[in-house]
Amino acid sequence: MAPLDHGAPADARSAATTRTIAVDGNEAVAMVAHRLNEIAVLYPITPSSPMGELADDWSAHGRENLWGRIPEIVEMQSEAGAAGACHGALQAGALVTTFTASQGLLLMIPNMYKIAGELTPFVMHVAARTVATHALSIFGDHSDVMACRQTGFAMLASGSVQEAHDFAAIAQAASLRARIPFLHFFDGFRTSHEIARLEPLDDETLHALIDDEAVAAHRARALTPDRPVVRGTAQNPDTFFQAREAANPFHDACPGHVRAAMDALADATGRRYGLVDYVGDPEAERVVVMMGSGAETAHETVDRLTAAGEKVGVLKVRLYRPFPAEDLIAALPATTRRIAVLDRTKEPGAVGEPLFLDVTAALAEHMATAEAPRFAAMPRVTGGRYGLSGKEFDPPMVKAVFDALAAERPPARFTVGITDDVTGLSLPVDATFGGEPEDVYRAVFYGLGSDGTVGANKNSIKIIAAETARTGGHAQGYFVYDSRKAGAVTVSHLRFAPRPIRSAYLIGEAQFVACHQMALLERYDVLAHAAPGATLLLNAPHAADAVWDTLPTEVQEAILAKDLKVWTIDAAAVAKEAGLGRRINTIMQTCFFELSRIVAPEVAIGRIREAIEKTYGRKSPEIVRRNRSAVDRALDHLYRVAVPKAPSATRRRPPPVPETAPDFVQRVTAAMLAGHGDGLPVSAFPPDGTWPTGTAQFEKRNIAAEIPVWDPAVCIQCNKCAMVCPHAAVRVKVADPAALAEAPATFKHVPYRGKEFGEAAYMVQVAPEDCTGCTLCVAVCPAKDKADPKHKALEMAPHADLVAPERENFAFFLDLPEADRAAVPQTAKHVQLLEPLFEFSGACSGCGETPYIKLMTQLFGDRAIVANATGCSSIYGGNLPTTPYRADRHGRGPAWSNSLFEDNAEFGLGMRLAVDKAMESAQALVLALADRLDDALATGLLTVDQHDEAGIAAQRERVAALRAALAGIDDPRARALDAVADYLVRKSVWIVGGDGWAYDIGFGGVDHVLGLGRDVNLLVLDTEVYSNTGGQQSKATPLGAAAKFAMAGRAIPKKDLGMAAMAYEHVYVARVAFGAKDAQTVKAFQEAESYRGPSLIIAYSPCIAHGYDLAHGLDQQKAAVDSGHWPLFRFDPRRLAAGQKPLQLDCGPPRIPLSDYTRNEARYRMVERQDPERWKMLLKAAEEDVRLRWDLYSYMAGFSEAPADDATAPAAD
Amino acid sequence: MDLSTRYCGLALPHPFVAGASPLSETTEGVKRLADAGAAAVVLPSLFEEEVREEQLATAAAFDFPSESFGEALTYLPEPPGMATVAERHVERIAAAKAAVDVPVIASLNGTTDAGWLEHARAIEAAGADALELNIYFVATDPEEPGSAVEDRVVAAAAHVRRAVTIPVAVKLSPYFSSLAHLAGRLEAAGIDGLVLFNRFFQPDIDIEALEVVPRLRLSDPSELALRLAWLGILSARLRTSLAVTGGVHTVDDAVKALMSGADAVQTVSALLRAGPHHLSVLRAGLARWLAEHEYDSLGQMKGSMNLRRCPDPAAYQRQNYRRMLHSWRP
Repeated sequence: MAPLDHGAPADARSAATTRTIAVDGNEAVAMVAHRLNEIAVLYPITPSSPMGELADDWSAHGRENLWGRIPEIVEMQSEAGAAGACHGALQAGALVTTFTASQGLLLMIPNMYKIAGELTPFVMHVAARTVATHALSIFGDHSDVMACRQTGFAMLASGSVQEAHDFAAIAQAASLRARIPFLHFFDGFRTSHEIARLEPLDDETLHALIDDEAVAAHRARALTPDRPVVRGTAQNPDTFFQAREAANPFHDACPGHVRAAMDALADATGRRYGLVDYVGDPEAERVVVMMGSGAETAHETVDRLTAAGEKVGVLKVRLYRPFPAEDLIAALPATTRRIAVLDRTKEPGAVGEPLFLDVTAALAEHMATAEAPRFAAMPRVTGGRYGLSGKEFDPPMVKAVFDALAAERPPARFTVGITDDVTGLSLPVDATFGGEPEDVYRAVFYGLGSDGTVGANKNSIKIIAAETARTGGHAQGYFVYDSRKAGAVTVSHLRFAPRPIRSAYLIGEAQFVACHQMALLERYDVLAHAAPGATLLLNAPHAADAVWDTLPTEVQEAILAKDLKVWTIDAAAVAKEAGLGRRINTIMQTCFFELSRIVAPEVAIGRIREAIEKTYGRKSPEIVRRNRSAVDRALDHLYRVAVPKAPSATRRRPPPVPETAPDFVQRVTAAMLAGHGDGLPVSAFPPDGTWPTGTAQFEKRNIAAEIPVWDPAVCIQCNKCAMVCPHAAVRVKVADPAALAEAPATFKHVPYRGKEFGEAAYMVQVAPEDCTGCTLCVAVCPAKDKADPKHKALEMAPHADLVAPERENFAFFLDLPEADRAAVPQTAKHVQLLEPLFEFSGACSGCGETPYIKLMTQLFGDRAIVANATGCSSIYGGNLPTTPYRADRHGRGPAWSNSLFEDNAEFGLGMRLAVDKAMESAQALVLALADRLDDALATGLLTVDQHDEAGIAAQRERVAALRAALAGIDDPRARALDAVADYLVRKSVWIVGGDGWAYDIGFGGVDHVLGLGRDVNLLVLDTEVYSNTGGQQSKATPLGAAAKFAMAGRAIPKKDLGMAAMAYEHVYVARVAFGAKDAQTVKAFQEAESYRGPSLIIAYSPCIAHGYDLAHGLDQQKAAVDSGHWPLFRFDPRRLAAGQKPLQLDCGPPRIPLSDYTRNEARYRMVERQDPERWKMLLKAAEEDVRLRWDLYSYMAGFSEAPADDATAPAAD
Repeated sequence: MDLSTRYCGLALPHPFVAGASPLSETTEGVKRLADAGAAAVVLPSLFEEEVREEQLATAAAFDFPSESFGEALTYLPEPPGMATVAERHVERIAAAKAAVDVPVIASLNGTTDAGWLEHARAIEAAGADALELNIYFVATDPEEPGSAVEDRVVAAAAHVRRAVTIPVAVKLSPYFSSLAHLAGRLEAAGIDGLVLFNRFFQPDIDIEALEVVPRLRLSDPSELALRLAWLGILSARLRTSLAVTGGVHTVDDAVKALMSGADAVQTVSALLRAGPHHLSVLRAGLARWLAEHEYDSLGQMKGSMNLRRCPDPAAYQRQNYRRMLHSWRP
């Protein structure tokens, strides 16, 4: 799925002739699974999603399985649903697979017991990923698969891309024969996303592995009315136990089937695997036992150590369940004295981690029972943890384990790869045991997601793998992505070697380092990756002879110390000339080949040109032309930089966070930001996952090329710019003019046009280092200069010219007092004067979700508690290193947590229950102590109206008075009341998530929580697709739109979640789109929050997955409303109680054709482009649906035209 | 009455050609026009900008957001067989060609000659009987002399002419300093026909929003005069065939155009107003007019009032202008 060379040589059939391809682990597995199955039922979850997507893509392109059928790929509402559907399809005799990871795998467990208990051939492929505990992590470890070891599934572990490909086939072959279902797993990201050279299994080889009779036998066991049987009975104490034991022979025979399949594969391909494989000195004394990609790193290290004469070895466990105890004993050298079993999981409270326990038990049993024990004495076994959440596991760590085993008293339990200064479990690691073999060419590239670096590197790997395959060359690529989406940084790690590469860890020192964006040199220690004498390639917007002087001291010193050969190109200029915008990828790729000479440059450039043609040729000859022109010009702009003898810079790199940041941020956050998080010791961390909020403000990323400039003379003070800013980087304020006396010279302000704050000054201020340059503020700005209407009150201008003065201005702006919340009128325009308590998140530039969250924090943030479903909003809301939710100057702000994807409504409900209980306690205690409190105070505390800011403020004052009074009361009840007094101030519970949660995986909970009637506010950020995992369809995906798993365009209207909620009659429901009518959005939030029952706000959220430039997001929101795709309404049960129609429509009937809305977005356009006739049909159906829905709503609202009420007036008035 | 005419090497039973419009956008529409008696149908243009913009937008939507974020390496699926604007256009030509017997004239609208050739070849391969190049260009750059604009027009036309074997017509704007000279150069480049003139969809201004807004206005008969003048001038000098477009609404309008030297009469606005049926009204009306005025055939009338043959050639030149001004003197 790379932007370059899109899946090109990945076709297994063409590969059969070339015999070698370069793909990632997910594709390697999917290539087998797609050919061996007829149905895949799944649910997307990182990092397994690409397997399902590829399968869907291939089926959509008509690719057949081994039996000439096109596999059917079905996306479900959750992994639990997928497992159920797999179970059903298996029962009905189909060949079925699924792909999953982590929480998804956990949701499948109940069905896994069933599938295994019924002796069903089935393979699930798992990109093993951390299970969320104190935090979510998308990265790889074995905590998910280890949670399944008791299900009865066989478990097979792959350690590399080739193994993942081969074991996918072995698992299926063995499962069919053994009738035991298999969980085939490989390390998430490290293997699933690593690109490596692969010798693919051709159809013939693959088919030879599969026993057709076993397939027939599976089908013969199908539930069918033609041969009726019953399964899934209920059994009782008399029989269950025996029946359970009846399956033993199948489990006992399973390893034999795996061995047979492995042998058959070896005969066909020469690649030989065992249930366990030992590598190392045949007379080793110290042995490491482990599974997965780490075993490859151990293998590489053992090769080095044994070459140096050390008696060491590694035993790779392939088949983990059924545990091959005998094979393991037999594979260990008889000389083994000490064993370290390494687990990539943590099982708190256990005697040891699972693999350790298995190995220990196997050894103990063997030594106790064998007639001729293999070892002279029971080897000493020690258990260690490594690599949780994809933590690096590299040769120095392997060496540290062997060193520990060599100690007189090896630690009984240990960790490796971290510094544990709390429980002291970690092994010391000698980092100088570094360096990779000289025959490995290593290259590291720093780039931005938007410049295409990763895509070009993926393509380079394919080129090199193909060009060097004949001489046995291997290639490997691994990519480190950003956890932020706007201005995302990518680091590519590429290795090339004349032999297999087993290095499942990041590159330490490289012979080639490229920095595709100069700004990254300021933020990261890029040159730490440079080996002495390495080549450094810079993309610098300077002449070659000027580049040196732009570098900070640290960089100059590193260049000199390491004697780097420095080259530079102004790739941005070349790209601009070629019409490629920021896409410098093919230009830098050309320079890489020229400088690295891994492949003759002219050959490589020819292949780059082919790849460009293959990638863009069909869909975009214009892009082909532009890229080719860029490639042709690139080398003319590549220059060697003359390096002086000594550094000459007068500036150092700026610190990652300002010196004024709090201590925790200085110690912990700053290290994480600088890329040094790996070095932080255990003691640096909160042990329970609790982190401070408001740390995003300390990371100044400066990612915008242009930022808005305010012209107060033109401004009409409508505040719309602040409303739409997704990153809270445009702020408005009113202040006492006297406070501006000390303002910086360039600080702008004008007299405030309203009278609400007396004689006040008004200002619009940009956060210059936090703006992402999305231009939405300029797009929304209605104020035009009469003489020059092109000129608006906000205009984009180069960041470089503005950042210094505006940084100072923004700091001054922040220091000005905030408006008195109680004095701010509650109109859409005025509420923008309230401080946002959500700022500078990592959301995409132009994100359509974040303005809603920001608005919620402005209105209620100082008393809000947020339950956030997993998804985009939990990632930009809570993905470390920094946190965007923040407190106000009183220390109050949103308290935020993420539980899971599927349970968010329930999670938030729990918060409400607790908050209500606390309030109830507080009220009871006030009542109990009433005679010792001031009458008016006690009465006020219990009866106050908190429906507005003034009421809230008054109650806060009363609570303060209460606390003062309680201090003088010597009564345990007073202490108890003091502890809960804050709950007397009304709390606002927000349950936030995307459509994937609300419409699909969490719908059951959403429905139930709405049905319970408690006072919670559900905010559904509806992007109409699974945004965070990359655009898979949800039940919110509109009729006619394409998405992954709905490639031909969804043929069913999106679920009307609002209508479903309205059916309850006690639920406040609103459908909003801030870009179409911000006043209605604000009104809906206010009404939802003030309603003392459940509220549901469904918010239209433009998303990058819609396929258009989000700079036009506001226009698209308008078009969505005007076309009737997104009617705006509010349904208020309070109106029902007052005898009014509860539903109010806040927009008129559709007044533009639906196609005026759909034609602007690629998700619709691609349907038309695939099949114009189908599109016509879908569009017609969608138009009909729009009409029907409008008729229904207007009928319910009791009129056919939009009402003219206050919510429909524009805020600018 | 013999109404036959030759336009761009195509033998037409009569001169009324349905010009490019929404009516000819779909195969059914083309069929309706042919059934209504169009001598030929011009299909809507493939716009150079549309082709380019679609390609850039596709890359921007599919490729540019990719490979940035570990959980979502891409955001949109890439379905099989996603046809480009150009491919869909060519498919429509083939479908139209298969649906009707009358000549189908495709058209290309652009400002540069880059990228035209492949489209022109594809259009030819799809079976179009002729190709109309709409070289639509508003010269706003004060640095660019008129001669450079003309050179570009001629070069673009010549490239396409060499690339295909079907007849090629060029649709011109009237805004050239020496239209007759330019027309001569186009004829020398082998262009088979000229279409006079394209109509600029000139912008309008939204005085409330302070925005320039595009506005489509249908033609009216007042626009005919300019075309008559140039038909008269060019038909006197050139052998290349000429079509009029813009302003022909009635039989009398058509007669004037034909007398001025048009070989074919393209109508759009009249058909949009009155429906395809209007074609047969025009055809019958022309036959009746010729019969009533005792013409033998259309051929006898074509060009009879052009600069070479009209009784008062001065009327096409400066004298006419002078006389007109005098006649307005109070």
